[in-house]
Amino acid sequence: MKYLCLICAEKVMEQMSKADADRHYQDYAEFTDNIKRGGHFIGGNRLKPPSEAITVRVRNGKVTTTDGPFAETKEQFGGYYLIDAKDLNEAIQVAAQIPGAWVGCVEIRPIADDPQTRALGLDSAPR
Amino acid sequence: MTSTAADRAREAVETVYRTESRRVLATLIRLLGDFEIAEEALHDAFIAAVEQWQNEGVPDNPRAWLVSAGRFKAIDKIRRRVRFDASLKEIAHHLDEAAPEPDDEGVEDDQLRLIFTCCHPALPSDAQIALTLREVCGLTTEEIARAFLSAAPALAQRIVRAKAKIRDARIPYEVPSREQLPERLDSVLRVVYLVYNEGYSASSGAALTRQDLSGEAIRLGRLLLQLLPESEVMGLLGLMLLNESRRAARATPAGELILLDEQDRSLWNREQIEEGTTLVERAFRSGQIGVYALQAAITAVHAQAREAAATDWAEIVGLYDLLLRVDPSPVIELNRAVAVAMRDGPRAGLGLVDGILSRGELADYHLAHAARADLCRRLGQKDEARGSYLRALSLTRQEPERRFLERRLAELKA
Repeated sequence: MKYLCLICAEKVMEQMSKADADRHYQDYAEFTDNIKRGGHFIGGNRLKPPSEAITVRVRNGKVTTTDGPFAETKEQFGGYYLIDAKDLNEAIQVAAQIPGAWVGCVEIRPIADDPQTRALGLDSAPR
Repeated sequence: MTSTAADRAREAVETVYRTESRRVLATLIRLLGDFEIAEEALHDAFIAAVEQWQNEGVPDNPRAWLVSAGRFKAIDKIRRRVRFDASLKEIAHHLDEAAPEPDDEGVEDDQLRLIFTCCHPALPSDAQIALTLREVCGLTTEEIARAFLSAAPALAQRIVRAKAKIRDARIPYEVPSREQLPERLDSVLRVVYLVYNEGYSASSGAALTRQDLSGEAIRLGRLLLQLLPESEVMGLLGLMLLNESRRAARATPAGELILLDEQDRSLWNREQIEEGTTLVERAFRSGQIGVYALQAAITAVHAQAREAAATDWAEIVGLYDLLLRVDPSPVIELNRAVAVAMRDGPRAGLGLVDGILSRGELADYHLAHAARADLCRRLGQKDEARGSYLRALSLTRQEPERRFLERRLAELKA
């Protein structure tokens, strides 16, 4: 089963001191290496800070854009991992090792896997 | 076939239903991998039992009979449905993999699996409670709704959503591993204690106690202790029994609240006190002393005093000190302050209570103001006492509590 682990923290790497960012980078390198070897890794990325974000809405055929993220919260998405785990307990164990969980938090969302969703042909990651 | 044979069979089925249905369900959930299908299978198995046991007699091992009947009925149904509903494929696949012959081994584990799954931290707290009462205790949705003074359809919704989450997020049907156990057990114990407290002191409404819920919580505690004899399980069961021992003494027949120091201690249930105290001692001997064992120990000290004046307050303050170290919280600080007032006099207690209130954390907690009012009253500070009683009164939602505070206010004027 696939789970998306959304990493939320008050600071993304760009907002950290050089030393902290380096350390954080190193932690992520280790973590990513670990879950690749453990067979849990499907994909993942680091996100640019919310200051780089733009939010798009279409209403009555009209496209409107606003700068910044759509949610004004103190914590911000900093990145994500798409993982493979046998059940939620295993996903929790994997997510608990994400360095972001130590300073911020990680939201785990199960990936929908019903026939209708599958028919959309969304899933391109070979398993 | 005579009607007496039919009656006997029906009676036997009813007895087995009471004693075994939850265990059968727990095993069926494991074998079938789905709550809803397992519940249907349980129902079908008992219908089959009513039909067959009157002809063939009650089997030697009714539980195994029911598990295997339920499983076959479910497999039959699923095979037929799979042709129309592809989403059942995975369940059908699971069925082929599951152990064909259920045995008695691991059946107790199934009950533990069920408890841990119903109390999984991924489920909202109120859903954990509802699901545990429904699946582990076998209460009907209507019974649970009545006990929690909520509408049955809303409660049913909550249970349905919880089951959907178990399925969709794939919450596993397992007893957590050793390293996860302490945290996961906390969540189970919290659910059991919430059920108990809802029964012991209803958070709102007219009735002071709802004994059925407390009884269910104690039953759950006993089951848990039997399955998992951990120190905190002993502590929690001990705490519930010791609280329960005072039930007959804590309210007048008219439902008026009677405080601990004014209770008729001859009404306390000695058997429950003894069992609870023994559990506390066992928990302490294990060397791992947690919050439930400590709270139970405090209650046990009260239980040992034949009259209120004989209470060992120094011992109680000491236990609160330990409790604060394990689980620092303003409510425990408040309780400790009340114990200090009993040991060293109301002035010492008032200083502590005012200190806690000035930090603001308990500003909306009615018992904090009630405690302050009581200390002021004992010190003869009538105006201060009146102000705090009024504040407490404005914050409590519980009818007997209100009447108690109103009585105290009236006494101040006298």
